[in-house]
Amino acid sequence: MESTLTPQQIFRKRAAGEPLNEGETPQIRRHIINVTLDNSIGALNRVANLFCQRGFNLESVAVGKTDDTSLSRMTLVTAGTTRKVEQVLLQLENLVDTVEVDDVTDLEFVERELCLLKVRYTSKNRSEVMDILDIFKGRVVDITPETMTIEVTGPTKKINAFVGMMEPFGIDELHRSGRVAMRRALVHGS
Amino acid sequence: MSEYSLENLDTPSGDGLPASASSSIVSQETVSQETMTGAEIFVRALDAQGVKYVFGHPGGAVIKIYDEIARIQPRFKHILVRHEQGGTHMAEGYAKATGRVGTVLVTSGPGATNTVTGIADAYMDSVPIVVFTGQVPTHLIGNDAFQETDIIGVTRSITKHSFQVKRVQDLTRTIKEAYHIAKTGRPGPVVVDLPKDILFAEDTFRYPEGVALRGYSTQVNIVETQIALAARMISESKKPLLYVGGGTLNSDAAEELTAFARKTKIPVTTTLHGLSSFPENDPLSLGMLGMHGTWYANQAVQNCDLIIAVGARFDDRVTGKLDAWAPHARVVHIDIDPSCISKNIPVECPILGNVKDVLDMLGPLVEEKDTAEWLGQIDVWREECPLAYEKDDRLRAQGVIEKLREKTDGNAVVVSDVGQHQMWTAQYFKYVHPRSHITSGGLGTMGFCLPAAIGAAFGLRLEGRDDVPVISISGDGGFVMNAQEMSVAAAHRLPIKIIVINNRFLGMVRQWQELFHENRYSHTDLTDTNPDFVKLAEANHVVGLRASTPKELDEAIEKAWSINDGPVLIECQVEKEEMVFPMVPAGAATGDMITERFSHDHDV
Ligand SMILES: Cc1ncc(C[n+]2csc(CCOP(=O)(O)OP(=O)(O)O)c2C)c(N)n1
Repeated sequence: MESTLTPQQIFRKRAAGEPLNEGETPQIRRHIINVTLDNSIGALNRVANLFCQRGFNLESVAVGKTDDTSLSRMTLVTAGTTRKVEQVLLQLENLVDTVEVDDVTDLEFVERELCLLKVRYTSKNRSEVMDILDIFKGRVVDITPETMTIEVTGPTKKINAFVGMMEPFGIDELHRSGRVAMRRALVHGS
Repeated sequence: MSEYSLENLDTPSGDGLPASASSSIVSQETVSQETMTGAEIFVRALDAQGVKYVFGHPGGAVIKIYDEIARIQPRFKHILVRHEQGGTHMAEGYAKATGRVGTVLVTSGPGATNTVTGIADAYMDSVPIVVFTGQVPTHLIGNDAFQETDIIGVTRSITKHSFQVKRVQDLTRTIKEAYHIAKTGRPGPVVVDLPKDILFAEDTFRYPEGVALRGYSTQVNIVETQIALAARMISESKKPLLYVGGGTLNSDAAEELTAFARKTKIPVTTTLHGLSSFPENDPLSLGMLGMHGTWYANQAVQNCDLIIAVGARFDDRVTGKLDAWAPHARVVHIDIDPSCISKNIPVECPILGNVKDVLDMLGPLVEEKDTAEWLGQIDVWREECPLAYEKDDRLRAQGVIEKLREKTDGNAVVVSDVGQHQMWTAQYFKYVHPRSHITSGGLGTMGFCLPAAIGAAFGLRLEGRDDVPVISISGDGGFVMNAQEMSVAAAHRLPIKIIVINNRFLGMVRQWQELFHENRYSHTDLTDTNPDFVKLAEANHVVGLRASTPKELDEAIEKAWSINDGPVLIECQVEKEEMVFPMVPAGAATGDMITERFSHDHDV
């Protein structure tokens, strides 16, 4: 079995981010994409549908209104090879309802995720839970003698860490909003 | 422009004339202070849009529109189709033959779902059509009301865009936008869903002059450095090849392409949809490439050092095993759709833009090339393995196609269905005029052909080209899938030559069964169940003829061509077990073509 590639085949594989040798795996990266679109159910549907139709991966979606009431903004998180993500971006742009598609992954941006978490506690470990909550700057938003519901916001990594810290106590319920992201405003001189 | 003129059209804005030609008109026709029903607004809007034909079928949800059509006698002509799928293919055929936008009007529920195959077909082949579907009244939507289907949901992944009109005030703007989106950029189908109450609600009439779609821009700036790079790659190349797809015809660039190829002496191979964009009687033409392309076109692909892809999309029926395709070629790709570029093969020189504009810019930058050695090599391949079939006194499909070519000298619009006959129609007709070949490529829809031919015939009639015959070429399997539309051709006296290649088999599937499934002809033999095609024609008011020898075919063709005031069907009873060759098996490398029958299988 000859496996020598022509220079053109090597060029194509490199450009596609595909491995040249067997056994190597292609590089998968997570991308954060902001989509500004028409504020309508139809537009939302079409974006969600695209991921299904084209077999794209979709890790999280957060969507809401913007300062312009006719528009909504969506933050999508997807993972794939550079080429796959490029297709995602182009296909999103092709939709008639999308006004702007912005891959912020490699830019300066701030991101937040909201997490509501219901954790079990006892009188013995209550202060331990509260200490952790303090470190993560969380708030208790509902409480019963057995459980408390906590609100934490922050970058996704922080939320992951918080959820990890709560697991030993026993999580009853967990709800995460998905990431929202925004480019940083450029400070003069930066 | 193609050689046919559109000048005799009196349309001000047109159902698809290029944007530059659609000058704004403000007349009584586009503005009216009287109030009227949504249905009347709809009918007047189509007139204001310059629509010439509506392929439709009535029903409860759109009955008010039909009432207005009868009452106000619009300028457009409504064609009553006999199945909504037929209507969508007619709209496609009309669009493909003329470059205009096809229009379909159907009722809710089953009327709407019957259009789904045609919409998917138009989506895959980038055909501009607008499909208006009736819908239950707004207050009943979501209630599982009688004849309610969420057609927007059903068609979401097979439309370029879709609208549901929620207020009568939005009706004209939506119609204007629908036609704009269908036609511009990479063309495609648009669905407009019309709830019944909107058609009864009243408003004044105003047809907008332009569209304001902030998320949709058709403005492309062709990057000059990319053009320069392409010119350099062409001048550096010794063995260049033009690989031409349907985007070339969509942008009316056949003339530019032909001039470009002739100037640079670069050989041309086309996809199924690229056929007719370059004259196949030119020595530079290699015919079609890909699964059933010519041996020499595919050899050229595997050996060339540069591919210039023009309005093509590197479809799997073209490339076969992607990794092994054109292994030595640098690639230039010209296309209007950014998501098409580098989708299947990363290209060194992408050029985003309308094919016509790009060729206009690139043409002057390239020099005449000396490709004599490369063309000489191609000629060797040509002689090594030409397109061939057994020539004896039996009637064979390939011979039928050659006969039709001879009869018309290429002055015809040829529409084919899906299967073996489609491939022979692609291989043997030798197209010379732009837009003279129409078929269902991306979706491969059996039943496409006859209605598409009807749509094309209406298009030619509109353009005053009635003298150009439309030839519909189907297999016996696919023909019956929309045979009911024959009565439409008869009703409008369309002089279509309807050819049924009857091999008493679902031939293409039989071919795969012979090659890859040990001759088990599971459910492909139609011998005992086919209708009598001549009687079927006659039952639909169509003249029916039959030929089972080459001599009978000659007579039938003479007879058919003497009838010009209506359709004629010729059933050609051909060899049962013919094969389409050459062939690249699905998923195989383009270099591994089968060029003849595995003889051991055949002999036993
Ligand atoms: C609607 C639809 N159903 C099934 C197929 C699969 N298919 C492709 S070719 C073919 C056989 C077509 O037979 P016929 O119309 O007799 O043409 P032939 O191949 O014999 O020329 C079939 C069943 C298809 N392409 N479209």
